[in-house]
Amino acid sequence: MEYITITTGFLIILAGLWAIMTRKNIIRIIIGFSLFDTGIHVVMVSMAYVKGGVAPILDKKELLTDTANKIVDPVPQALVLTAIVIGLGVTALMLAYAMRLHQEKKSLDIESFKDLKW
Amino acid sequence: MEFKIITTLLGILMLAMSLIAIYHKKMIVAVIATGAVGLFASIMYLFLAAPDVAMTEAAIGSGLSTIIFFYVLNRIRQNDKEGRESDEIDEIPNK
Amino acid sequence: MKKLLVLFILAALVGVLYPLYESFDGNTELSEVARFYAKSENVQKVNSQNLVTAVVVTYRGLDTLGEVTILFLTAAIIAFFLKKESEKRTLRKNSEIFKTASKLLIPIITMLGIYIFINGHLTPGGGFQGGAVIASAVILMFLAFPNMEFSHKFFESLESVSGLVYVGLAAFGAILGLGFLDNAILPLGKFGQLFSAGAIPVIYSFVGLKVGAELSNILNKFKSVQADN
Repeated sequence: MEYITITTGFLIILAGLWAIMTRKNIIRIIIGFSLFDTGIHVVMVSMAYVKGGVAPILDKKELLTDTANKIVDPVPQALVLTAIVIGLGVTALMLAYAMRLHQEKKSLDIESFKDLKW
Repeated sequence: MEFKIITTLLGILMLAMSLIAIYHKKMIVAVIATGAVGLFASIMYLFLAAPDVAMTEAAIGSGLSTIIFFYVLNRIRQNDKEGRESDEIDEIPNK
Repeated sequence: MKKLLVLFILAALVGVLYPLYESFDGNTELSEVARFYAKSENVQKVNSQNLVTAVVVTYRGLDTLGEVTILFLTAAIIAFFLKKESEKRTLRKNSEIFKTASKLLIPIITMLGIYIFINGHLTPGGGFQGGAVIASAVILMFLAFPNMEFSHKFFESLESVSGLVYVGLAAFGAILGLGFLDNAILPLGKFGQLFSAGAIPVIYSFVGLKVGAELSNILNKFKSVQADN
């Protein structure tokens, strides 16, 4: 089952990269970044799956003995937990920049911000 | 066996929603499609035995992120009232 | 022409990373690090039922410290960028059904958020999820009562005090000689009760309050540059 989720995650990463490189509206580029983040998290969590394992919460009595053969890997889940919150922070920061850029030039097209080109 | 069928269905739905988010003309539909991708990812995390991650993705990825996008779209629409519609940027014909 | 170039770059990326994808066959047993965390005497040493909480707060505590720092930086930069509108507007009031339902729902959602991060070591949950739920309650308050005064100072001081207490508790473990962010500074109780696992409920509560206050500050900044509707 984890083959299907890894394939889905990689296809969403490709879709996000395509949106970043091809679209011209700034808000669509930011939507592409958000899709890219979601794809990476799906790939990371599906690397942690062990065949026939349960969630790593030891609330039943029979999970206390011989724990290491019954649960899935808890370390990538802890990393993805942090990464989701940081992804939200970076998206909010990019949207604040987009709002200020629109205030200066009244346009959302990325071709109209060529001030730094020589 | 049922897990495989449901996971395949969820994968196809996620891909369809992400294509809508990139290619649809209106911005509001694109933002809602991004929230839907996050929601389907949260269901997929439950099948992969990760309840903590599913809760976090449902609250943050498809709740707060969509709301922040809507605030920014409202502000841009107000600023742009006399000019061109900001939805038509991608279809500029001769640039 | 540009699209062909982009397609070529993406195909090159897929071609470079394809052997990695091909050689993945599913895991049938845990990795070495997870085996160490799941051993019976290590579980007794940390004494928390939720293994993901134990990894986030004690074993990988430095990553959580870095994440808290990044969130603080993000909130500060957004507050620097978006300046407040100078004139005061009164926005249109909402309908009666919405206001009455929100008055019922906002305390319940806040209580659910506080419950999630207090019981972080017993059930799935923890600081980040509880903070996001509290930020959702604050959003509902902004949407239902748009003319209410938002006490800026309260949330800013809550965030700063929570950050200070979190770093203070972490350094306290180093002072006592146990190690940075160890959780044996409070007594470990019985396995599975609310007041067990040492300092994990206390640390996670302060992380949850800090994340909730930060997300509320970011949303307030976005709201206060809104135009009239």
